[in-house]
Amino acid sequence: MEFIVSALDYLLGIPFLGWGENVGFIYKGLLLLVALLIFIAFILLADRKIWAAVQMRRGPNVVGPLGLFQSFADLLKFVFKEPTIPASSDKFLFLLAPFITVMLALAAWAVIPLDYGLALADINVGILYILAISSLSVYGIIIGGWASNSKYPFLSALRSAAQMVSYEVSIGFVIVTVLLLVGSLNLTDIVIAQSEMGLAYMLGVPWMNFLNWFWLPLFPMFVIFFISLLAETNRPPFDLPEAESELVAGFMVEYGSTPYMMYMLGEYVSIVLMCALTVILFMGGWAAPLEIAPFTWVPGMVWFILKVGMVFFMVSIVKAFVPRYRYDQLMRLGWKVFLPISIFMIFVVALVLQLTGWGWNGGLA
Amino acid sequence: MTLTLFFFYLFSAVLIPSAVMVVASRNPVHSVLFLILAFFNAAGLFLIAGAEFLAMVLVIVYVGAVAVLFLFVVMMLDIDFAKMRKGILQYMPIGAFIGIILFLELVLVAGSWIMLPEIASSSAMPIDNSISNTKALGQVLYTRYVFLFQGAGIILLIAMIGAIVLTLHHKPNVKRQDIADQVARDPKKAVEVVKVKSGEGLQ
Repeated sequence: MEFIVSALDYLLGIPFLGWGENVGFIYKGLLLLVALLIFIAFILLADRKIWAAVQMRRGPNVVGPLGLFQSFADLLKFVFKEPTIPASSDKFLFLLAPFITVMLALAAWAVIPLDYGLALADINVGILYILAISSLSVYGIIIGGWASNSKYPFLSALRSAAQMVSYEVSIGFVIVTVLLLVGSLNLTDIVIAQSEMGLAYMLGVPWMNFLNWFWLPLFPMFVIFFISLLAETNRPPFDLPEAESELVAGFMVEYGSTPYMMYMLGEYVSIVLMCALTVILFMGGWAAPLEIAPFTWVPGMVWFILKVGMVFFMVSIVKAFVPRYRYDQLMRLGWKVFLPISIFMIFVVALVLQLTGWGWNGGLA
Repeated sequence: MTLTLFFFYLFSAVLIPSAVMVVASRNPVHSVLFLILAFFNAAGLFLIAGAEFLAMVLVIVYVGAVAVLFLFVVMMLDIDFAKMRKGILQYMPIGAFIGIILFLELVLVAGSWIMLPEIASSSAMPIDNSISNTKALGQVLYTRYVFLFQGAGIILLIAMIGAIVLTLHHKPNVKRQDIADQVARDPKKAVEVVKVKSGEGLQ
């Protein structure tokens, strides 16, 4: 029974009570979770505000000053509504699906480094872990669509299964090019590598850190990654699984109340996760854009959050002004455009690295 | 160490019942979902064994891609359970017979398999604990076993091409969208602007 005690200590240990050696893992996790959820609440509001601003509306502006508490009001509204479960649905799976979506979206955050050494689990295969978790997120949609036992959700589940599996391939290849440069699967290493080599060093101005980041040498991959991110998270213009003009709301038709809210939450958490991943892979993570006095005073986490906000702004503005793709166009883009380009770029990057010996500590070459 | 023991029992305790449920569950969709759960816990066991790369690849490839396609197919099957269970007694003896033979073979193989002590001591690739699991695998795969690795890749590629060739029917009379063609169109050639006099119309 000793191992159960030690497991409990690892998860719940509190140092000042003298019970365990390290702060319990659950407390760190809870802190991250609460911070993340509050951030998501304001990101959701920002999304609606940006969308409204493009359409010259005001957006939510009633609850709190400037509508700042709108998301919390929505939360209460969802929670107090009555959940309806279709009689002919597979009840267990029907309720399990939103949980899967939220849990997977949150689980991936465990390895994201918010600042140097500020990751819940700084594992060696961080990027593979994120790929693994995000490849699972399709199950939330498929299970929900199937368990609803209804036509539109089912169609939507089939669509999303094909869509998410296809775009994962190009995301994987984009990540491979970054890994070639870095030579490590660890997310902290990827961020550090971006500040220790690059164009700014070659030009002799190492303080212009933003020129070092991978968005510049890998610009085509950055664009592909950004577009694949939209498809992977079912954001407009690729929101075919929930296309409201044809499928009403896709896999969420039969959902209401708290389960519906969990779907929405999971969706936004994974969008922010993909934004964070863009920042880590291409935009230098927590590093300041200029390595000079006023910029280096700002803590790394603030830079990280600012950058995530910037990428989210791009994601949000795309929703406002790009019309929805047709399904065959979506498939064409993924398989016939992005896949060949990203495979070609892997060869180009590998060749350049082999010939020049660039790359962090020699990269993988 | 004790913590890993805890997780070992946790993963195993979920893995074995879910593996049983893959076979035992009545609904094929539930079977696939239990299969996914089994894969997931197997990945956890890999992690405990220190094979982090295998664990992640198991989840990415099997759970993230292969099982999705399984689920995709199984969900679209229209299965009549009553019809499926009709002949079950008729086929039971032969199924049990095959099962018993397979089980006996497994027992024989597992029971009589021994490793020569010389082989164990001089294994081809000694494990180097100083580098990470992923790096070690890559270094072996792309140097010593590069031809075998590439050969396996080519076999898979040929299988994929074969599957596409067998299933692709190119219908000649279907209108297809050619994006490059559309983008390359010249508005001057595509549209003719005509000035029409009032009350006369075009001829």
